[in-house]
Amino acid sequence: MRGSLSLKSSQPDALGHFGEFGGRYVPETLMSPLEELEAAYLAAKEDPAFHAELQDLLSNYAGRPTAIYHARRLSETLGGARIYFKREDLLHTGAHKINNCLGQALLARRMGKKRVIAETGAGQHGVATATVCALFGFECVVYMGEEDMRRQRLNVFRMRLLGARVAGVATGSRTLKDAISEAMRDWVTNAGATYYLLGSALGAHPYPMMVRDFHRVIGVEARAQMLERESRLPDAIFACVGGGSNAIGIFHPFLEDKGVKLVGIEAGGRGTRLGEHAARFSGGSPGVLQGAYSYLLQDADGQIALTHSVSAGLDYALVGPEHAWLQQQGRAEYTSATDEQALEAAKLLSRTEGIIPALESAHAVAEAIRRAPSAKGQVFLVNLSGRGDKDMDIYRENFIELDAQGSDYAH
Amino acid sequence: MRISAMFEGLKGKRPALIAYLTAGDPSPVRTPALVAALERGGVDLIELGVPFSDPVADGPVIQAASERAIQAGTTLGKVLEIAEEIRRHSQIPLLLFSYLNPVMKYGVSALARDAVNAGIDGVLLTDLTVEEAGKTARVMREAGLDTVFLASPTSSPRRMEMVAKHSSGFIYLVSRMGVTGERQALSGSLAPLISGMRKVTTLPLAAGFGISTPEQAAQVGRLADGVVLGSAIVRIVEQNQNSEDLEKKLESFARSLSAALHGVSA
Repeated sequence: MRGSLSLKSSQPDALGHFGEFGGRYVPETLMSPLEELEAAYLAAKEDPAFHAELQDLLSNYAGRPTAIYHARRLSETLGGARIYFKREDLLHTGAHKINNCLGQALLARRMGKKRVIAETGAGQHGVATATVCALFGFECVVYMGEEDMRRQRLNVFRMRLLGARVAGVATGSRTLKDAISEAMRDWVTNAGATYYLLGSALGAHPYPMMVRDFHRVIGVEARAQMLERESRLPDAIFACVGGGSNAIGIFHPFLEDKGVKLVGIEAGGRGTRLGEHAARFSGGSPGVLQGAYSYLLQDADGQIALTHSVSAGLDYALVGPEHAWLQQQGRAEYTSATDEQALEAAKLLSRTEGIIPALESAHAVAEAIRRAPSAKGQVFLVNLSGRGDKDMDIYRENFIELDAQGSDYAH
Repeated sequence: MRISAMFEGLKGKRPALIAYLTAGDPSPVRTPALVAALERGGVDLIELGVPFSDPVADGPVIQAASERAIQAGTTLGKVLEIAEEIRRHSQIPLLLFSYLNPVMKYGVSALARDAVNAGIDGVLLTDLTVEEAGKTARVMREAGLDTVFLASPTSSPRRMEMVAKHSSGFIYLVSRMGVTGERQALSGSLAPLISGMRKVTTLPLAAGFGISTPEQAAQVGRLADGVVLGSAIVRIVEQNQNSEDLEKKLESFARSLSAALHGVSA
């Protein structure tokens, strides 16, 4: 089956390979839960009742379709491309993550599971998971690195208010990858009654395919909206890439549209040295982490490297396997934006459009801003995957001058 | 072929005693002496664990051991040097026990060659599923290494067959759901797993995960051809890492285990 993948479907083979990437690299004990999950998902996918219920929740609970917005003042300020935003930030819970959580929660209920576990980095996926667990009446445990709990205190409280238990992880770097390891350990112990609601297009098959499918709605809507608004497709689409779920969701329905450039933006952090960033394509090499084979930040001995980003949601050592495949095929290109570029982009977007983006999404905005001036006549589409409420503490720390300026009026 | 010869030699007498050690914990120079102590205490096969930064299948005890070993500078290359050192004094079967990524980074062919040269007898890669194993297992076997795979209580009959097909030397049975670590009570899922595996293989079956006392070892030894202890041994290393008595304590713990296995037959 390997090598038979085409852009037309971009479906992995039966074992979850996108070309050489993806697959299933887990302890044997997890293989049967993964096979059970895959069978349940493939059955649900064929069931019109499943889609009808998901569609209803997406429309009436989450707030789909999301708007597509022409950012006139930002476009004029940059003096080049016409920039549009896909407003996933307007969804319930503040980011695209809810699309996947609703889909997987329906699947968990179908499978008769009563307990849901999840990992979270920035806390957005944890909040979305806690939300759907409240909605469906599931017991909910969210694993979160202690370092991330410190950085994202507000989201920790949101999860608790929603009735979830937040389990702090004190091992390793105390960030997202350690939270995933701990969630996998829970799953391997409690697989019978527990559903693992993985939050990005990562991990062992079927997760990368399934999470992608639940986010495809972003690109499907955007494609129709662009045709309606501009009577044409965009010249380029920009999306940030941590695990890569929002990016694969918006890219996938455009894969066959050869004229549409697909640009993924990773976290450039504060430098190009290993440990200072999360730019897997420029700084990594293929390897296996937490179930999948893909581009990975690792040291010379194959130990997983530490990563850094101002944005916790992009701070992960492995990129989703389908992105590795799209990069290898030359269908999508991947670049990075630094912490500083993301922060500046967030500020500019806030001041020209009245939209404060999540720090993750600000990375995509930064690349669009960089390219727009030399792209006169072109149409850019940026996936604004989340809103910035959760990042206010970090914005305050980084824009001290705004916080410290006292009264804005002279008396 | 040290692994097969060892199981063959014990056949009909008693189950094999297998000990897991995280190589390089608390430091690479100490590991050969710890192995020697376990061998004096009656251990029949050593699983030499390669420390990994993200050990998803391991509980807290082996996670902490991995961190100590990495801190002490233990790489896969260093583990091979440790094996070489052990081999200068001992013919005990050695199984390299690793997560896949360090092996991929080292290079599968290079590792197979270097492991054989270092005196390693077989390889177990925790997160290499039989679906993905084809090429890696072939390279290892061609180099003369046994390839040991895991079967678990959740393995379907179809998966048990695939595990049997890819394994040589012996098969490692995960006796219960979960990560590595000691447990008060043994799981009831081992017996059906063993009878399932006996239907698809004649290879020796060793069981591990959750075994920590001589009594539990004897209990498992009545069903399986080998009994694996990991966390209970690593915990002794952890608690006595700064003590001169570490080797003595390991030896006496091993002796209590091997005594419990004498006269037990599967």
